[in-house]
Amino acid sequence: MSNSVFSVLSRFVEEYRSSTPNKLKMIDAYLLYILLTGVFQFLYCVLVGTFPFNSFLSGFIACVGSFILAVCLRIQINPQNKGDFLTVSPERAFADFLFAHTVLHLVVVNFVG
Amino acid sequence: MFVFQVSAWGGYVFIINLIPLHVFVLLLMRRFSKRVYIAYSTFYVIGLILSMQIPFVGFQPIRTSEHMAAAGVFVLVQLYSFLQYLRERLTRQERQTLFSVAVCAAALLLFVCVVYLSCTGWIAPWSGRFYSLWDTGYAKVHIPIIASVSEHQPTTWVSFFFDLHILVCTFPAGLWFCIRNISDERVFVVLYAVSAVYFAGVMVRLMLTLTPVVCVLSAVAFSSVFERYLSDDPPAEDDRRNSGSLYEKAGKVRKQVLCEEGLGSNIKSLVSVLLLLLLLMFTVHCTWVTSNAYSSPSVVLASYNHDGSRNILDDFREAYYWLRLNTGQHTRIMSWWDYGYQIAGMANRTTLVDNNTWNNSHIALVGKAMASNESVAYDIMRLLDVDYVLIVFGGVIGYAGDDINKFLWMVRIAEGEHPRDVRESDFLSPQGEFRVDKAASPALLDCLMYKMSYYRFGEMQLDFRTPPGFDRTRNAEIGNKDVRLKHLEEAFSSEHWLVRIYRVKDPENRPRLERKPRVTSTANKHKHKRKATRRRRGFIKNKLVLKKGRRLNRKQRRTGLN
Repeated sequence: MSNSVFSVLSRFVEEYRSSTPNKLKMIDAYLLYILLTGVFQFLYCVLVGTFPFNSFLSGFIACVGSFILAVCLRIQINPQNKGDFLTVSPERAFADFLFAHTVLHLVVVNFVG
Repeated sequence: MFVFQVSAWGGYVFIINLIPLHVFVLLLMRRFSKRVYIAYSTFYVIGLILSMQIPFVGFQPIRTSEHMAAAGVFVLVQLYSFLQYLRERLTRQERQTLFSVAVCAAALLLFVCVVYLSCTGWIAPWSGRFYSLWDTGYAKVHIPIIASVSEHQPTTWVSFFFDLHILVCTFPAGLWFCIRNISDERVFVVLYAVSAVYFAGVMVRLMLTLTPVVCVLSAVAFSSVFERYLSDDPPAEDDRRNSGSLYEKAGKVRKQVLCEEGLGSNIKSLVSVLLLLLLLMFTVHCTWVTSNAYSSPSVVLASYNHDGSRNILDDFREAYYWLRLNTGQHTRIMSWWDYGYQIAGMANRTTLVDNNTWNNSHIALVGKAMASNESVAYDIMRLLDVDYVLIVFGGVIGYAGDDINKFLWMVRIAEGEHPRDVRESDFLSPQGEFRVDKAASPALLDCLMYKMSYYRFGEMQLDFRTPPGFDRTRNAEIGNKDVRLKHLEEAFSSEHWLVRIYRVKDPENRPRLERKPRVTSTANKHKHKRKATRRRRGFIKNKLVLKKGRRLNRKQRRTGLN
């Protein structure tokens, strides 16, 4: 059982390395960084306490929001998904990404307090 | 757009629950796609943080149960998409049942987490306003102030017809058309329609959420029908190339026996004309409703005489203007909370409670003051530093929305906070009715609201057919006509006695003693005096005579000095 799981995982990693284009790998690295930041924030909150609650929330939601937006960008850029997104070109996806990020960061800056 | 809704009305909770429900149903119907994922995730995250910017909402989106559905669906959607991604990569077999089971299991796990957090208190349970939508009997027993608002009552059929007219009938037809040609967006409309119908039936105010979807679906129904009935039969020959929307005379059209929509053009024209007539009537009805029911300001009342001419009753504004001109700038007005905003806006004075007061105890204190006898009420009014009291009295003109009609709600709200001092049963007659005539309960005849409403009303005879003191709203002659106020004095009554304002008198300078004046016995004194008058004019008994040089002996000294 564990053998098969391990083999499945290694096969998955191998396939990932070979088949994904570089652009998507960059986005995936960015996603990993955001995820780690979010995890660290959450751990800090759990360990130290939630005193400035709005600051914690704004930071955490900034992480979650950036993660989600990057995932959306990745989905929209992925050439395999072209069938779903006929009207959305990669440039348009990136512009949407930037716009949403601007809104997100404006609100986060307001909320940090 | 969502954030505008959040900043405008608390009904945004409906939207924040409807959209996750839509996404979840799409998930179950296997119509979930990447577009839905992107749309929902972005909406949720940005909407969440933006809605928390509104001060009134604050941290509610992550702490109250009403918002948990949205969060739950969000997490579920992440998991599902991630699993989809893995599935594409790893195995190529379709294991639909496995995935729906996995989705259900994940949803169940989330639900258990939320329930656990609710139980431990980290997530607040459903607040009273929203809980009363599910359990409609809850508010009447536990939170009378929510039950007392007339807009929170269940909707009657009259309201439905009044607001929607023929759309009530065409709306289910449109719903059926939507379901027949189902697509992702139409699932949302269907869900919205069904949930809106339920909520509009629970509370009159929520008719507001029903009307957009009714209009949309009725439009769908009408357009489908018109499309069918206004179009030509599909032509057999190629030379007939008229567009489908033109209508031709019966004689020119060749009857298509093979066509399955074999409708005679007579029937078509009849149906089209009938539907047009219905729409015209609908327009007329809507115009009338808007002009009469939704445009008249409730501050100025209008009544119509026998000959149809309009009689304007401007009592409210008269009273508020009197307040503005004749009271000091810092006077405090006590009234029921319905008039709080009006007083603050038109009279520009401080009120104790108004339409946005969330402090239930404060409102209960005002209710208790209105429901107690004058002395107890006076204590409360001095405690709250009240200068004037304002009430609305409709007995002279028959206005049904006055404070005596609302009085039982004041009692109920006060009873919620002060159950030992105020009891609703005290104010009802022995048979359990609320009456203001001779059969009224003594507590009612003695309470402040009664006294203020009917002060000097017993002398007023409105009509030669009815006795003096006849209350037109309750159609009864009042029980206690001789009303005396000890701590209040009447400051102003408007033209038709609709608004009455009383001034709270200061405490008396010297409180009257309750004891009888002291009586001294004069019998002995008289005798005594007579004897003494024969002697010299006034003398001091035991007067000490001092001889210079001689010391007083001890006894004399003691008596002299004491």
